[in-house]
Amino acid sequence: MSHTSYTVLTRDQIAERAAQDIPDGAYVNLGIGLPTKIAQYLPDDKDVFLHSENGLLAFGPPPAKGEEDPELINAGKEYVTMLDGGSFFHHGDSFAMMRGGHIDICVLGAFQVAANGDLANWSTGAPDAIPAVGGAMDLAVGAKKVFVMTNHTTKTGDPKIVSKLTYPVTGKNCVDRIYTDLCVIDVTDKGLAVTEMVDGLSFADLQALTGATLIDATNSK
Amino acid sequence: MINKADKNITDVLSQIKDGATIMIGGFGTAGQPAELIDGLINLGVKDLVIINNNAGNGDHGLAKLLKTGAVRKIICSFPRQSDSWVFDELYHAGKIELELVPQGNLACRIQAAGMGLGAVYTPTGFGTLLAEGKETREIDGKDYVLEYPIKADFALIKASRGDRWGNLVYRKSARNFGPIMAMAADITIAQVSETVELGALDPEHIITPGIFVQHVVQIQPASTATTATA
Repeated sequence: MSHTSYTVLTRDQIAERAAQDIPDGAYVNLGIGLPTKIAQYLPDDKDVFLHSENGLLAFGPPPAKGEEDPELINAGKEYVTMLDGGSFFHHGDSFAMMRGGHIDICVLGAFQVAANGDLANWSTGAPDAIPAVGGAMDLAVGAKKVFVMTNHTTKTGDPKIVSKLTYPVTGKNCVDRIYTDLCVIDVTDKGLAVTEMVDGLSFADLQALTGATLIDATNSK
Repeated sequence: MINKADKNITDVLSQIKDGATIMIGGFGTAGQPAELIDGLINLGVKDLVIINNNAGNGDHGLAKLLKTGAVRKIICSFPRQSDSWVFDELYHAGKIELELVPQGNLACRIQAAGMGLGAVYTPTGFGTLLAEGKETREIDGKDYVLEYPIKADFALIKASRGDRWGNLVYRKSARNFGPIMAMAADITIAQVSETVELGALDPEHIITPGIFVQHVVQIQPASTATTATA
């Protein structure tokens, strides 16, 4: 696999790119891990309401050293702060927000995304692995838009965007857009439409790194 | 005169017997009623079924309870964490049964029990391994899974302040499962940092009305009471 003619985006750059698509006034849930980084790149002139499944709306950045409160954490169990206007609520209300279609956008990590928008991100199906699902299945079915943020391939170079999942599904036909270190893909009725690619990467190169057929939509933007 | 706050931990917990199903509040350690769990460990009951979002962190609280071997089965959404080594070892040794439930289904099944509903149709998990073998139904063009209530003999929860009628307010993200678990158990035991006089909690601010709470146990010394406002 040659990277001679293009540079992949860093994790921060993927987060920065995804942050651009989050509009003023959006209620947003950022999944544990990579998507959490998006919070750092939300512009100050926008009111974006970050939701955390453990009962926070409009939480803010991490506290200063020494100000950490063990009873003020996000879903990733990291210390956070509350913005003025933020609120606390119990798990029933929190998942009503998620399942009831009140969250505008969620951004999730992925093991695999299939061409039809199926998402796998909770279990590799390995026999000795301990399964854990958390709120991923609720977000997959409940958020108005489901974005995925992920590296384009696994550490060993296998495609994570595939024609059909080989890992257990989290939610069917749920993914709307995929941000990777190589490109942005919209999941459409016609298939996976690539709207942006990193400079120097050819569509053929991208297709070769992808386990599903892509549509070149980079000129239609 | 009703005083739900007149017993100590040991006396309150002594009604829990072997084989009990117990909800334990908390998301990770936030809202976990550590002192009630320690009391449960001291009581020495066994063959328990525990309902919690996680399966213990580190070596304290729920993890410590699991380590004693007192728990036969755990119902939770997210057992696998960087510090869940106690559970991991029990699970791999086949010493604990796991029922994995998507977090929102855990919440709505607990709520269904508290609300007296026979079951709920939820979209979460449809078509996944976690809905395998369950009844499904298409309603208004969308697919749902039939999920049954999760109820418990006891709920052990942590609140910030409570009064002798069992009214509770919580603190920040420690609220999480507390209010809904309080509704779903036959007997709810709340540990609070402070017990206050009736009327001290503004009725507009009470999160769990006392009807859902049978016992209130104060953990912290009352010395912080001077700073209290509802």
